[in-house]
Amino acid sequence: MQRRYFLSIVLGSVTACLIAPINAFAAIWNKQAFEATKFSNAANDLAINNEVQSQDIDINAPDRAENGAIVQVEINSRIPNTESIAIFVEHNPTTLIGHFTFANGALPQLVIRIKMAETSDVKLVVKAGNQYFTAAKNVVVLENGCG
Amino acid sequence: MANIKMRAKLVGDITEIKLIINHPMETGRRKDDIGELIPAHFIQLVTAKLNDKTVLEMQWGTGISKNPYLTFYLNSAKLNDKVSINWVDNLGKTGDGEILVVAG
Repeated sequence: MQRRYFLSIVLGSVTACLIAPINAFAAIWNKQAFEATKFSNAANDLAINNEVQSQDIDINAPDRAENGAIVQVEINSRIPNTESIAIFVEHNPTTLIGHFTFANGALPQLVIRIKMAETSDVKLVVKAGNQYFTAAKNVVVLENGCG
Repeated sequence: MANIKMRAKLVGDITEIKLIINHPMETGRRKDDIGELIPAHFIQLVTAKLNDKTVLEMQWGTGISKNPYLTFYLNSAKLNDKVSINWVDNLGKTGDGEILVVAG
């Protein structure tokens, strides 16, 4: 009986060690959404629906980007209870750039550098409760950054 | 680890965290000098924690620039709190970094 108890502890901790690295990433990479070439498909894969235009989403990006390999985008959602923000570049070969989920005191505000293949809208979709809000900013790209 | 540079500064109630991760972020569509496709190699998942609580969960695609740069903000951090970052890429490689919150 004692040996069985000991074995269960050993096996239990071995299993815990194997599972722990996976648990470090609770989210699963949404392969389908990231491989989608059209905004509507990527949005579908993220369960985005009925998104409405909002003045309460700020996108600060250059009007013209010399080099599409590095376009700095500043994002801020003033929509109460913003849970997540998805960034899209509509004319990139794959349209979804990134998805950000906020918790435990993280403000829905980011600065990030993205790649743009050509002149396109940078489009944001904010999730708040069961509602989706969107805003876009056009960036003229002079040199392709996706290669 | 040396692959992440981080800084966390508390000003008023808000902590600003800036980080740069050394990573090629290859799209899989780029060709090398002899015309061969360079295989895709990019970060897919990034988790940011304040002490042991997750504050920001990110999924990234190939559209994030090489050597990813990110700023984010917390209203829940105090001086000397620990902010940590973990990432995993499409090849299963991982990286991490951590920093203590300092006065801005």
